Amino acid sequence: MNKILAFWSILAKDMKNYYLKPPNISWGIIFPVSWTLMFFIRSNSDVDIRGILPGVMALSVLFGTTSMLAVTITFERRSRSFERLLLAPISLNLLMLAKTTGAIIIGIINAFIPVLFASLIIDLPGINWLLTFAGVVLIAVTSAFLGLFIAVSASEVFEAQTFSNFFRFPMMFLCGLFIPIESLPVFIRPLSYALPLTYGADMLKHSFNASGSISPLVSLLVLTGYSIALFTISTNNIKRKWIY
Amino acid sequence: MNIIEVKNLVKSFGEFKAVKGINFNVKKGEVFGFLGPNGAGKTTTINMLTGLAAPTSGEITIAGYDGIKHIKKVQRIIGIVPDESNLYDDMSGFDNLVFCASLYGIKKGIREKRAKELLKQFSLDNAGKRTFKAYSKGMKRKLTIAAGIIHNPEILFLDEPTTGIDVESARQIRKMIKNLNDNGTTIFLTTHYIEEAERLCHRIGFIVEGKIIKLSNVHDLLIEARQENIVEFDTDSNGSNLEKLVISNFPGITVKSVTDHSIRISSRNRIEIMPFMKLFDNNGIKINEAKVIRPSLEEVFIKITGIEIDKLHKEKEGKKK
Repeated sequence: MNKILAFWSILAKDMKNYYLKPPNISWGIIFPVSWTLMFFIRSNSDVDIRGILPGVMALSVLFGTTSMLAVTITFERRSRSFERLLLAPISLNLLMLAKTTGAIIIGIINAFIPVLFASLIIDLPGINWLLTFAGVVLIAVTSAFLGLFIAVSASEVFEAQTFSNFFRFPMMFLCGLFIPIESLPVFIRPLSYALPLTYGADMLKHSFNASGSISPLVSLLVLTGYSIALFTISTNNIKRKWIY
Repeated sequence: MNIIEVKNLVKSFGEFKAVKGINFNVKKGEVFGFLGPNGAGKTTTINMLTGLAAPTSGEITIAGYDGIKHIKKVQRIIGIVPDESNLYDDMSGFDNLVFCASLYGIKKGIREKRAKELLKQFSLDNAGKRTFKAYSKGMKRKLTIAAGIIHNPEILFLDEPTTGIDVESARQIRKMIKNLNDNGTTIFLTTHYIEEAERLCHRIGFIVEGKIIKLSNVHDLLIEARQENIVEFDTDSNGSNLEKLVISNFPGITVKSVTDHSIRISSRNRIEIMPFMKLFDNNGIKINEAKVIRPSLEEVFIKITGIEIDKLHKEKEGKKK
């Protein structure tokens, strides 16, 4: 009970102090709209909204979640308020789950904003919503834990931002959203299959257009594996670097 | 009864040994002072005792718990006030306290009541709704201490609680520390204000370069200090020249420059002032002031650490800035 209360308090504090601030809310809306507009311009006014939705959703989650978590944790480290959490009588795993859950929730909400906009313009029949939700949750969890990994590696807020981009931009172009993986040079393809977003985006492609090329079960397992690995590495790094 | 027991505690950072096998106990209900110059190992020791640093070797027992293996159990019964006020800038004073209480699993009604009580106790009840960033330094310090005791800890670790704040706030904080201790809280205090340590602490451990070089109760330390007679001369001449002059004329006496123009003479025997006055006069040195110093804990600190208090204060203030 005590642990649940501490978990909930940390989550509620982060939501109120960081995630539900106007800049983050506006980012959640502007980002997918900008992406859709970009595709619209590129396709000379004939945009396949349903076709681009998986990509816009995946990128909305990735961009929102990763940097937000990396920046908030780095900021709290700088102000030393993070020490207060480390000194609380809760386990490090629970603490880091509480810290990441806020970003995961915001990531999931961000993902469905483009769906909401799209539903105002087109009909969305035949979508496997369960698979969509599973895909979005897994991308959000993996991205949040990637943000955590970045936060532990950075000591300044600007470092966290730069480091986030180091991971995000290659993922954006190599995950098969813009360029099909089969069209990439052979020597780059293994790198594409090493990126977690490839599997998340593929799950969404399956659910929206049945156009994915990897079995959803494989994607689920790979993303779960990535999440566990990133979380474990991050908490071990915290023990090594912050509980020095 | 000991509430904290530390045995052969070592902390190394690579090749550098920050804490070199220290041993000490803190008795339940006492105010234990931990004094030493910058970089002596005070904060590293506190970090190891509270779970922010993992010891390289050694043993820590706090309230019967293994302080290394069962640190989360220990953290339930300890409160920590770090050397910097580290609450959340955008949250109000009240919300900060309520949040800190929730980390210890205190239920909503109780934590809100406790937060209100503490705000009142720390004379912050009118500022409870203001954001933490709008607080003055003194107010921030007081709220940070309030956050440290929100869960009624058995032991409170205070790292430099009054550094960098105004005189009145510092006075109030000292009074609060005294009240907390009177109500049974064991206090582990680090400070560089020797007078504060002298006034608040029952026992003091002096740590220099990672080693505890003296541990005693304040009364005994003062008796030891007062076995020395000290006279300070403030002159218009250079302190180091004065030092040389006195040493050459009064062998066997201890002389130390205090400032650029003053020296301190100490001896276990009674010091006659007139021979010194004559010596200075014969050498054309004008004496601005001659005063007998009543030895305090400050002299003990200087003797043990070899560090002048003024220099220590300047270092600390510089570090804070």
